[in-house]
Amino acid sequence: MAMLEVNNLSIQFGGLHAVDNFHLSIEKGKLYGLIGPNGAGKTTVFNLLTGVYKPTEGIIRLDGTDITGKSTIDINKAGVARTFQNIRLFKEMPVLDNVKAGFHNHHSYSTFTGILRLPKYFKVEKEMNERAMEILKVFDLDKEADYLAGNLPYGKQRKLEIARALATEPKLLLLDEPAAGMNPNETQELMDTIRFVRDHFDMTILLIEHDMKLVGGICEALTVLNFGQVLAQGNTAEVLKDPAVITAYLGA
Amino acid sequence: MKKSLTKTSKNNFITYAMVIVVFVVVQTLSSTGNLSNLLKGLLVPLCVYTIASLSLNLVVGFSGELSLGHAGFMCVGAYSSALFSNVVRDAIPSVPRLIIAILIGAAVAGVFGILIGIPVLRLRGDYLAIVTLAFGEIIKNLINILYVGIDENGLHVAASSAGLKMAPGGKQIMKGALGISGTGAIYKDIKGQFFLIGVILIIITLFIIQNLVNSRSGRAVMAARDNRIAAESIGINVTKYKLLAFTVSAALAGVAGVLYAHNLSMLKVSTFDYNMSIMILVYVVLGGIGNLRGSIVATIILYALPELLRGFSTYRMLIYAIVLIAMMLFNWAPAARTWRSRMVERVKGNKPKKEAA
Repeated sequence: MAMLEVNNLSIQFGGLHAVDNFHLSIEKGKLYGLIGPNGAGKTTVFNLLTGVYKPTEGIIRLDGTDITGKSTIDINKAGVARTFQNIRLFKEMPVLDNVKAGFHNHHSYSTFTGILRLPKYFKVEKEMNERAMEILKVFDLDKEADYLAGNLPYGKQRKLEIARALATEPKLLLLDEPAAGMNPNETQELMDTIRFVRDHFDMTILLIEHDMKLVGGICEALTVLNFGQVLAQGNTAEVLKDPAVITAYLGA
Repeated sequence: MKKSLTKTSKNNFITYAMVIVVFVVVQTLSSTGNLSNLLKGLLVPLCVYTIASLSLNLVVGFSGELSLGHAGFMCVGAYSSALFSNVVRDAIPSVPRLIIAILIGAAVAGVFGILIGIPVLRLRGDYLAIVTLAFGEIIKNLINILYVGIDENGLHVAASSAGLKMAPGGKQIMKGALGISGTGAIYKDIKGQFFLIGVILIIITLFIIQNLVNSRSGRAVMAARDNRIAAESIGINVTKYKLLAFTVSAALAGVAGVLYAHNLSMLKVSTFDYNMSIMILVYVVLGGIGNLRGSIVATIILYALPELLRGFSTYRMLIYAIVLIAMMLFNWAPAARTWRSRMVERVKGNKPKKEAA
């Protein structure tokens, strides 16, 4: 069964069909790319998948469960985590606490336990610290654990967002332009990290990207969006050769 | 990773130690007769405002919302607890009566916090500031016309003195604008211990706030402050945690109100006005938003100063204003902040190093 199954997904803002009859199917453990020119509706698709927008029509299934129209919080609990195009970290909190905030629903104790410092508090906090450091190590952020997230350099902030998303123990990870603003070296490093995340955490990943090198390098399959509609879909190499795709990207 | 855990608990410990040291010094001065009566009279109100500014810091500093009606929560706590103390004045001995009064004040203020928070904290933006501002004024005006009396038939509540319709021998407790009088007299036997009680309450307040902030719930509160959308994307119920912080803050402000009411012989509603809310907010802002130790220091300096400057008569408010400006610069100006962090490094014995950009 597919990890993510989207059928006939549409949303209208007034008269604008931002996403129209979108469909997608991603197998477990796949690295999937969503590309398209500016304004094609890629981020809108992400916002639909994560419950920020409620679809006008269509159905979204995660691992067989219907998550259409649920709230962002419930969709995250069901197993979808994301990063953002414009980085959204908890900037005034330490790097470690950003990841620990991601454990919110998985390593849990009550407010009461927290205030009274009952034994469970120390036990769960210890678990959290150890697990958070493991995740930070994967992203080579363990040395900066005590820094405020806002003080990290740009590339590391992007990585921390992925780390925080992984802390919620998702089944599906959505990355919104993870390589935006990175230089070629950083992009290369990021590609290795994404691949590692997929193998190490056994993750299914859907990513939006403009960087064709990254897309061609790591994505196994692609969907191309143009004006809110699916222009092409399938194996990466074939899709990138499709004349319609080339036209959409380079202009006729 | 133990390092970061011990660092925060060390930080918390320093704050407790600071409060206790100040208490011991003041108590020693007081018992050796080196403290003027004016200063002695300031001690309990200082505790009241310290608790109030600490609790407001939880809302302003950690959950990033603005409350302009903290005096309203103090007012609710003060009146509910004073009413309780007057009703059961002969039934329960002083110490347990005061403890129950504190719990009642906290609970009533907390309930008002929930009632206000539920509709308002769902919204994004500065609505909380507007609604709490209105709440403070409404509560003040309501209590201003509230009369409560007790006789053998039980409690009577009315909007005027005549409306109480009490049996002969009944006693009026709340008298509208005249408020509740004689609460202090009920506690004559433990009157001398009120400063100690105040300090204990400060430590309990610190304990609750610091432990809350450094827990799972505290992280959720701060995550919601730093980025609401991201917090929801990792499964944090933003409204719930904002409401939690606001309710705890309101309840603690209620405790401050209880202490205030029981230290006075006359409790009048006109003191809990807009100016009082703003004054507490000034302590929080100048002490450093999100900085609990700063709130304590700012409250002590800014509350005691106008009283200590009475000798300067006309220049009093001028000096007060200059101190306000100086504190603001010391706390917030970039140059002052780098200077301060350099000093901290030097005290720790490290070589001064450049700020990591």
